[in-house]
Amino acid sequence: MGTASGREANGRTAARVLDNGLRVLVQEVHTAPLASVWCWYKVGSKDEVPGLTGVSHWVEHMNFKGTKNIPRDQVKGIIEQFGGSWNGYTWIDQTTYLETATRDALDRMLFIESERMANCLYDPEDFESERTVIISELQGSENDPDHLLDIEVTAAAFKAHPYGHPTIGWLSDLRRMMRDEVYAFYRRYHVPNNATLVVVGDVEADEVFRAAGVHFRGIEPGTIPPRIYTSEPEQIGERRVTVSREGTTSYLKIAYHAPAVGDADFVPMLIADAVLTGAKGLNLWSSFRTPPPQRSARLYRALVNSRLASSVGGAVLPTQDPFIYQISATAADGVGLTTVEQAAIEQLDHLAREGITEQELAKAKRQLGARLVFENDSVTNIAHQIGFFETVANAEVYRDVPTQIASVSLEQVNRAAAKYLRPTNRTIGWFQPVPPGTGAPVPADKASTSGPMSEAR
Amino acid sequence: MTTVVHQGLAPSRETLSNGAVVIAKETHTTPAVTISAAFRAGSIYDPPSRIGLAHFLSRVIDRGTETRSADDIAEALDGRGVSLMVLVTRHLLTLACTCLSEDFEPMLDLMGDICMRPTVPEQEVETWRGEIVTSIRQDEDNPAVMAVEGLMGLLYAGGHPYGRRAKGSVDTVEAISRSDLQSFHRETFTPSSLSLVVVGDVGTHRVNEQAARVFGDWPGRAAPDSAVPAPPAAVTRQRLVVPMMNKVQADIAYGFVAIARKDPSYHAFLAMNNVLGQYALGGRLGDSIRERQGMAYYVFSAFEANVGEGPLIIRAGVDPRNVDRAVASIDEELRRLADEGVTSRELTESKQYLAGSMPRTLETNAGIAAFLQTAESFGLGLDYDVRLPHLINDVTLEEVNAEARRYLVPDRAALAIAGPYDGGQEAAQPAAGR
Repeated sequence: MGTASGREANGRTAARVLDNGLRVLVQEVHTAPLASVWCWYKVGSKDEVPGLTGVSHWVEHMNFKGTKNIPRDQVKGIIEQFGGSWNGYTWIDQTTYLETATRDALDRMLFIESERMANCLYDPEDFESERTVIISELQGSENDPDHLLDIEVTAAAFKAHPYGHPTIGWLSDLRRMMRDEVYAFYRRYHVPNNATLVVVGDVEADEVFRAAGVHFRGIEPGTIPPRIYTSEPEQIGERRVTVSREGTTSYLKIAYHAPAVGDADFVPMLIADAVLTGAKGLNLWSSFRTPPPQRSARLYRALVNSRLASSVGGAVLPTQDPFIYQISATAADGVGLTTVEQAAIEQLDHLAREGITEQELAKAKRQLGARLVFENDSVTNIAHQIGFFETVANAEVYRDVPTQIASVSLEQVNRAAAKYLRPTNRTIGWFQPVPPGTGAPVPADKASTSGPMSEAR
Repeated sequence: MTTVVHQGLAPSRETLSNGAVVIAKETHTTPAVTISAAFRAGSIYDPPSRIGLAHFLSRVIDRGTETRSADDIAEALDGRGVSLMVLVTRHLLTLACTCLSEDFEPMLDLMGDICMRPTVPEQEVETWRGEIVTSIRQDEDNPAVMAVEGLMGLLYAGGHPYGRRAKGSVDTVEAISRSDLQSFHRETFTPSSLSLVVVGDVGTHRVNEQAARVFGDWPGRAAPDSAVPAPPAAVTRQRLVVPMMNKVQADIAYGFVAIARKDPSYHAFLAMNNVLGQYALGGRLGDSIRERQGMAYYVFSAFEANVGEGPLIIRAGVDPRNVDRAVASIDEELRRLADEGVTSRELTESKQYLAGSMPRTLETNAGIAAFLQTAESFGLGLDYDVRLPHLINDVTLEEVNAEARRYLVPDRAALAIAGPYDGGQEAAQPAAGR
């Protein structure tokens, strides 16, 4: 390794927009002979209407199943030949696909993404086979009680905005939805003027722009219908939800409506969360896979060190519209949820009332600064951050995060905490296990969901 | 001026006078460094009456030293944005973290203190005993964990250390005392048991100097013997059903005792497994069970070649009505691979993938550190990253097919099924209690 420009959270990104509206963002990182290509679409489960919940995630699954110029039997191995990996995920605001491979696969990766944008097949047999795969994905996640509770709490927190339904969809929709509905959704939103192509790695920006032009310029822009989302009305009182199922362990969740990524309160709430549960960083692709530094965090001390809970966590998530700030705790064996809830609420109310200290502010800033370095350790992670933020806001928002963190004041944090951590703004959820044989039977036809993300694999 | 041409990672490796090994690799990709300290203190060293001891130590080792309280340690880590991870596997107990390079010295100091002088305060032992018991209860409600642990119990029956649950049971965890933890630490945490790997934006000279400063005076004792007995030979097919009627989906774990890491056919086995259950979306198993039959969101095979002969495990999560069909499909794919072998195209593709993924494996400091720890742990050599692509490319069709014939024998497979499933067609052994 030499002294090549390093991997930076907020490095220089070159941008071009093709005539068809496709935005292309490139960051040169010459530290390894790799390139990561991500194609992002501004469409997610918040764009789904009743009856079609889960359609955006189903589109994602179908978009790995062959195209006009990549026959079904040639999908397997198309990137693996280059030692590469591929994946995709769908969440509330976005659908995205990626490949990371050696740099000589750049042209291949751009070709795949152009085919995915314009030429996917949606073979009816593949469509039916994928229905059961997706239902299996849903049912696998329902084996996890914590996940079941997450679905219930999120649904209870939103009565109007489409963030309330799970990204994977409700089971009845997954059973009913038809091939032509899913295909129409694909055609409507997988268009160049609704997409951002991000390339990061051992490439030359001009070479990428040239190749992207070759592969994408022939794709016609689409007409995207106006998208109207009902704003979630202000919550006017605490909400509660309980899941009663057989199980061994009790779980607690407390969800507050939270600011959107573009809101001036977003970074102040990141700081408040760092004080409560430890700084995570902002990379949903990588940062959340390792536990945060949190042993000195307020909720950790109050719940885990005191033996009320075996774990506690929380996260302020970068979303286009206001989502939820959710605290999750696993009750220690033998401890009742009332006790865990009381201890957590005491901390949350205290922070809302009294704010944080200068010392805590300085520590949270240091933590976040370090996490922003750690979460950008690979071309894949850097490309994710650029594309993610371009999709939910714009890439500059991410570039400005370090400056915003450095300049946020105690008053801003305390004002935001007082505003969002109000009792009337929260939904409290309990997973209350009942002994075997006494609980509600597992319904044969349950409704359900997915977690924050739903990956293709 | 001397020009030294190094191929590949070419890390530095030094042995301190007390036997501790220090491996350093300088990179400048981010202003950060990954520190990994591995000790031969994994769960195989648990005394039979104290199953879960190594895992218990991994939860409390960093909760107090002779000069630092749990709070002091928490502040030292959190203040720098660092999460210290303590992981226990069958043979190793590893402490690892990533920090900014400016924090390297204080973090190495802290890790040294934790490794050499933990006090495991009584109060922390009680706190973490509760946490472990809760996590065992969670596992008992998790079909995936129950299936895999059930399978390991079948494959490594008769008290073999690989067949035990690393966390132990509520009973064994309740029986573990502070003095058990202290004596386990005393016996397994020795300089000659330590492999310290440092990768990142810190010069090699600085790493060696600091490692010697922190660990150099630690008095040496013999490292524990890492040998494990041979696992029992499978003669028949075995099957275990763990009914969990409160669940929606059933988890299948299907496997065999496979190979040790030092087995000369390791790379042929690696390629065979890639074709079987890894390549693209789960190899041949994924083609059949996910892609053609739409039965499962995930299906794959994975193996753990270890000091002793580790398992090959096939995993799938399916609708309980499809358990028998999925198992039949696994049987069929295994028989087909054993009888007909892999095609030369499949082998070429898998080799291209396995060799070609090296740059991704070695892209990050954490990735390099994990690779170097594995190489050190199994004595693969400092140039293993350079040799590995050649070792993969040299694998022949005959070698791969011999591995398939030798190991993929459904009549000697073990299966564990956990979930809302009552036994199905295949004659079941008595169901295990929950």
